[in-house]
Amino acid sequence: MSVVTYLEAIRQALWEEMESDPRVFLLGQDVGTYGGPFRVTAGMLDRFGPERVIDTPISESAMVGAAIGAAMLGMRPVVEMQFIDFISCAFNQIVNFAGPNHYRWAQQVPLVIRGPAGGNVHGSAFHSQNPESYFQHTPGLKIVAPATVADAYGLLKAAIRDPNPVLYFEHKYLYRRIKEELPAAAKPGPAAEGSAAGLPGPGGAEGAVGEGVMAGAAGAAATGGDGLVPLGKARLARRGRDLSVISYGAMLHVALEAAERLAAEGIDLEVLDLRTVKPLDEEAILATVRKTNRVLVLTEEQLSGSVAGEVAARIAERGFAWLDGPVHRLCCPDTPVPYSPTLEEAYLPNVDTLVARVRELASY
Amino acid sequence: MAKSNTGKGSARRAAAATPAAAVAEAAEAPPDRLAPTELSAAQQLELYRFMKLNRMLEERLGNLYRQGKVVGGLYSSRGQEATSVGSAYALAPQDFMGPLIRNLGSMLVRGVKPREVMMQYMAKGGSPTGGKDGNTHFGDLSRGLVAPISMLGALIPVMAGVALAGRMQGRDLVALTYIGDGGTSTGDFHEGLNLAAVLGVPLVVIAEHNGYAYSTPTSRQMRIKDIAARAAAYGIPGEIVDGNDVLAVHAVTKRAVERARAGGGPTLIESKTFRMKGHAEHDDAGYVPPELFERWRRRDPIERFERHLAAGGLATAEELARVAVAIDAELVAEMDYALASPMPPPERALAGVYAT
Repeated sequence: MSVVTYLEAIRQALWEEMESDPRVFLLGQDVGTYGGPFRVTAGMLDRFGPERVIDTPISESAMVGAAIGAAMLGMRPVVEMQFIDFISCAFNQIVNFAGPNHYRWAQQVPLVIRGPAGGNVHGSAFHSQNPESYFQHTPGLKIVAPATVADAYGLLKAAIRDPNPVLYFEHKYLYRRIKEELPAAAKPGPAAEGSAAGLPGPGGAEGAVGEGVMAGAAGAAATGGDGLVPLGKARLARRGRDLSVISYGAMLHVALEAAERLAAEGIDLEVLDLRTVKPLDEEAILATVRKTNRVLVLTEEQLSGSVAGEVAARIAERGFAWLDGPVHRLCCPDTPVPYSPTLEEAYLPNVDTLVARVRELASY
Repeated sequence: MAKSNTGKGSARRAAAATPAAAVAEAAEAPPDRLAPTELSAAQQLELYRFMKLNRMLEERLGNLYRQGKVVGGLYSSRGQEATSVGSAYALAPQDFMGPLIRNLGSMLVRGVKPREVMMQYMAKGGSPTGGKDGNTHFGDLSRGLVAPISMLGALIPVMAGVALAGRMQGRDLVALTYIGDGGTSTGDFHEGLNLAAVLGVPLVVIAEHNGYAYSTPTSRQMRIKDIAARAAAYGIPGEIVDGNDVLAVHAVTKRAVERARAGGGPTLIESKTFRMKGHAEHDDAGYVPPELFERWRRRDPIERFERHLAAGGLATAEELARVAVAIDAELVAEMDYALASPMPPPERALAGVYAT
């Protein structure tokens, strides 16, 4: 039995899909020889060869464009943005080519664009972003943002198998901070190859994923035996009676920690993990609103035009009759992500600010 | 910027150095001698038919536009038919193409029917996109056609990806796409060609140097005279061809396609030609000096080809006239079909965002 990190889960999902489907291939900067700055693709060049693990020039738009072309011909490209902030350099290809393509001429574009998102690692303005709101506006795209190890694994596999363009935003703060048993593995993990290649695994010498992942581990019941996590389905991360926090990504862990603290005060939080940001699981969102009648949306984005705003709007529109108070949003302020730790701490929502907002909302 | 151009002297100097003027210079070459060709008489007549169909279809579309039947803009490739037809004719059945708005002729060569284009422009329910998109913005992989988007340059990386996938799948295919002189100013032109060159994928890019990007002359897009010079920046061959000579365009494209198919990587071909109408039907192109139109009218690619066919004894004037009559009859039937197609049902507006 082996416990893996969030990052190892991403690597294992990618590896397994590469093993089981010859249509899957990788495009990115430094993904081959170097194995990626976070080692997500370590060992893959040796295992799958340079035709399937392609180091590209610094050309995000061409990377995505080439992936679109290959996807139309039946391949399943996975594009790595070295940091997800750089996805903006491929904006046109994503929002004008990939997104509308199926609507325009019924031609599917099955591709995945993935990369490290999020702050709290002192990456400053260009290595900390959460760009989902730029893309939630674009028809035809799907966007996922896993908060757990099992979801990191299962959502990536589902994204690769989906016939649509999927943006997969992995939170770099979670890379090595959370560990879990993977629910199930359809194939042996890449441990043997990864180690044999002499490549350092994520987080140190023994970072490679073990082959002993167990079926039926925690989370498997919700995801099915193969560990796949369906796109578009939220997950109830914590059952509660008094107030709902809707979140995803690293902020989900802030919500869970706040829930423990608030439990001591007699406030019982329900926490809903969206998992898929687009399309939203409106049913799950409205179900939790119906249950607790108070809701706060917690996301790590600048407030204006955020995914949180869209969630809040849908609740206001379709769940108004069940509400006992205003829908709150707790997000980042409308500033770029600052660098200095004292500034970034002030910028990011945290357990204290969440607890304070929940208390305020609970008083209605 | 306007300030620096107020001096008469500098304005004159700028005009003399324009690539538009250089394009005009090229137009002074002897107009009737076409490039040697390996194509048979029958094949040359087929080329002629496609060019004539290209032009006559656009004239029909112009009529439909003036009758208010075209619901959006109408784009013409008048004067550029040889570039579209000659290049597309150099492809093999398994090859792929990403045409732009002025490559109707290329699409016709790949088997697109006039009724499909008419229904697209008229936004009919029976159009290839079911009314969801217009003009030549449709694709069909079974005919090797990838639909463009309006943002220029974007197709180059996409077609590089098509070429890459073809290589990975062992399909022996070559990808061909087009760009205009204005489109070469985009980032995707550079990123796409560079990536294609580095990966060595079988891609051919034809840059149609037609003098104007909407109202902007080439001199406002670049300081170089020949777009083909840009190939050196990517370490790939750059070729220049008389874009109004269908046989020359065919030959140079064939060479590039064969080179790509043999594993020799991408080629950039510059086709020197001229846009004989405005950007779109609404635009009278009043910004183009009339003498420039006149000079290029004498080099009309279809009339030149007619003279070539007659001089070589490949077709009589009567035979060529019969081709036009047959096309006209075909277009009338196609138009009747397109006009009879109903508009799409409103509920279709919500369908098909995601593939399932």
